Amino acid sequence: MSFEEKVTWVNTVTTIIVAAIYAWIVGGQLADNPVADIAYQTPMLIAVGAIIVLTIAGVIAVAIGTAVGAEITGEGSVDDIDRRDERDININRRGDIVGYYVSSAFMIGALAVTMLDYAQFWIAHAIFAGLLVSGLTASAVKLVVYRRGF
Amino acid sequence: MGKPTKVTNSIRALRFAAGEMTQAELADRVDMTRQTIIAIEQGRYSPSLEVAFKIARVLNVPLDEVFHYPEESASAADSAKK
Repeated sequence: MSFEEKVTWVNTVTTIIVAAIYAWIVGGQLADNPVADIAYQTPMLIAVGAIIVLTIAGVIAVAIGTAVGAEITGEGSVDDIDRRDERDININRRGDIVGYYVSSAFMIGALAVTMLDYAQFWIAHAIFAGLLVSGLTASAVKLVVYRRGF
Repeated sequence: MGKPTKVTNSIRALRFAAGEMTQAELADRVDMTRQTIIAIEQGRYSPSLEVAFKIARVLNVPLDEVFHYPEESASAADSAKK
């Protein structure tokens, strides 16, 4: 697995875990509280920050693991860390293009929710969901293309 | 699902012929990752022309000895013309 593919996995797993925790914390309040009373702002900001911080930490851990693994097994080298070639760039581009289309669809959805006068809670979550789903979609495309080729 | 690319190659055999060069050594010499060299050998990735030339140069053989593209069959060519 190339370093870029490992980074994609780190980003994917981190996003899924944080999104699941966020959905459990905020979504769990929907049954008992009107949306206007749900304080989602701080949890949402923490979720975004957590994805960024945990992804950075994960990438550092992967880099350390790559270096230690190269030392122990003799396979690979520290030069593999942060190494990107044309295949990585092309795969990233393909995934990001798909993510862009997903993001655009969610933005249209967010516009619709706004125009239909839904509560601020739903507008914010339409946008937040767009960011998460487009990111996950881009990552999924990249991981499939890494395995299947193109 | 069909193969991602029709381009095939003889990199593995040529590596062994070139003093048993490893995938890692070839990757270092053409400035690619080892995983990309593996993907090329397995037909999961078709490299750019520049990288193809670099690989041929490192293996010290002409480009068309490294990479191959299937001839179109006569019936397929006729169908394309119609």
